[in-house]
Amino acid sequence: MHNFTPISALLGGALIGLASVWLLAANGRIAGVSTILHGIFSPPEAEWRAWFVSGLLLAGLAWQAAFVPLGAPLPLREGFPAGWAAFAGFAVGFGTRLGGGCTSGHGVCGLGRLSARSLVAVLVFMATGMLAAYVTRHLLGVAS
Amino acid sequence: MKALASALGAGFLFGIGLWVSGMADPKKVLGFLDITGEWDASLMLVMGGAVAVTLVAFRFITRWGKPILVEKFELPTRKDIDLPIVAGAAIFGIGWGTAGYCPGPALTALATLSIESIVFVAAMVVGGLAQRAIFRG
Repeated sequence: MHNFTPISALLGGALIGLASVWLLAANGRIAGVSTILHGIFSPPEAEWRAWFVSGLLLAGLAWQAAFVPLGAPLPLREGFPAGWAAFAGFAVGFGTRLGGGCTSGHGVCGLGRLSARSLVAVLVFMATGMLAAYVTRHLLGVAS
Repeated sequence: MKALASALGAGFLFGIGLWVSGMADPKKVLGFLDITGEWDASLMLVMGGAVAVTLVAFRFITRWGKPILVEKFELPTRKDIDLPIVAGAAIFGIGWGTAGYCPGPALTALATLSIESIVFVAAMVVGGLAQRAIFRG
């Protein structure tokens, strides 16, 4: 496992957890990114959600401005087909709305709340995620 | 206004966590989801680190009468495990394992202006709107 990065994984994970604690403590809300994103399109709770998503975008810009000049790699890959990106994005948007959450809402927050409903969701999307990665990469030969 | 600034700050910290952990990189995510070959367990530690924090802190916060900046907590109340949550999670996982993006990383990766992240996020918004059109009229 030469790609294994336990320290940055734990540290970054703790920051994600802290951000979720922040949103609950200050704003009384669950940091579920799919629910927040799609909530932008259904007022009246659109405003704070747009600000949260803006924070995510700003983080990407800040990271590039601060660390890419220092040698941190940009997460760019070559040759992932746009058609597959569109298929995957549609499935993620549709599935997270049908299932009421994603890796953050059901994972980081739902597991933290000891929600059995979220645990089931996490086990299911981990299983189909692993299956889809195997099928697309090794059976269909998608360059991801 | 304070609540909106707070939401911005929480989103920013969340995004920095995604970059520090490597989860803004779909190759890193797929290194975990693809269990054949060079398996990378990092994603499990990201989730573990995050849940360790929420597990402890949420217990204290939910005992407060109200949050710091708004009038009340808005927490999920449903406990039933029904077909939509299983089917929805399954469909989400298929998209996640295909591209290596879930919603948070895809949004913060938009900052790179990569074609794949732009296409993915646009399709993700359309997918969510399609679900609403079909299931909620």
